[in-house]
Amino acid sequence: MIFTLEIPLLLLMIVTAAGAILVKDLMSAVLLLGSYSFFLALVWAWLGAVDVAFVEAVVGAGLATVLFLLTLFGTAPEDTRLRRPPPSLATLIVFPLLGILLLYAASDIPGFGDPNSPANSHISPIYLEQSYQDTHTLNVVTAVLMDYRSLDTMVETVVIFASGIACALLLRRQG
Amino acid sequence: MIRPHDSIIVQTLGRFLIPVVQIFGLYVLFFGQYGPGGGFVGGVILGTGMILSVLIFGHDASRSQYTKNVLHGDGVGMLIYAGVGGLCMIGGGEFLNYANLEIPGLETASRRSLGIVLTQIGVAIDVAVTAVSIVFSLSAEEIIEDSING
Repeated sequence: MIFTLEIPLLLLMIVTAAGAILVKDLMSAVLLLGSYSFFLALVWAWLGAVDVAFVEAVVGAGLATVLFLLTLFGTAPEDTRLRRPPPSLATLIVFPLLGILLLYAASDIPGFGDPNSPANSHISPIYLEQSYQDTHTLNVVTAVLMDYRSLDTMVETVVIFASGIACALLLRRQG
Repeated sequence: MIRPHDSIIVQTLGRFLIPVVQIFGLYVLFFGQYGPGGGFVGGVILGTGMILSVLIFGHDASRSQYTKNVLHGDGVGMLIYAGVGGLCMIGGGEFLNYANLEIPGLETASRRSLGIVLTQIGVAIDVAVTAVSIVFSLSAEEIIEDSING
């Protein structure tokens, strides 16, 4: 039952990702990447991670596409077509091996929704049981992000701030 | 330098859409305690609304003046977030332990809820200003002129 939507979504993701890599026109690649992010957001939502899906849809499919397009318009128009050299022999050997290694490692991942997996048995039950009494916040994800793990989120905010400053320093040339 | 869009359809739709996007961003920001959403997504949506107004009406339009003024708020979000942490320390607890916010008449859990709201506003301001500032950096006039000349 769970496979009825998963397999078409994963196929669409593979098709859009391959298209973004293989297509010659950079503009088409940007738009394909945006649709890839949208399908990825659908997969997250299907798996139950609605917050992650929201971020992926808004940032990946919305903001990042706009930033890529602005970069394309900011550079010279003849740059939007791309010539790719054929992949080298080392790439053709190393990357399939890496894929096989990852698939081999994936067989060790606990099953989806397994209650005995380390992620579900260590500290998650405490968060799920106590976050409402502790913080009066219904959304456990928000409670974990902004209260229990607040310092991490603050440093993430510093990273975002630093990225904006770095973009301004690198791209603005007026004295 | 972004010039205003020629099409009247785009301009009319933008006039209608931008307030809706901003209201939705605020809704997502404050709904983050009850469902999916939160400071990061709300901030991105707020920033996207302002970016939309720049893309439609151009850099020099009076509607974009608001977006330009927003750039002065760079760092305010960080200040709010770290300031809440500092207030917690003044209240006698650890950094960012919202239970120590000095607000009379609130129990511990409600204080922590209030702390979550305040820090989410901080994250939203930070993310929105950063998104707008990156767009302004990418569309600066000098880059495009340089690419045309050389």
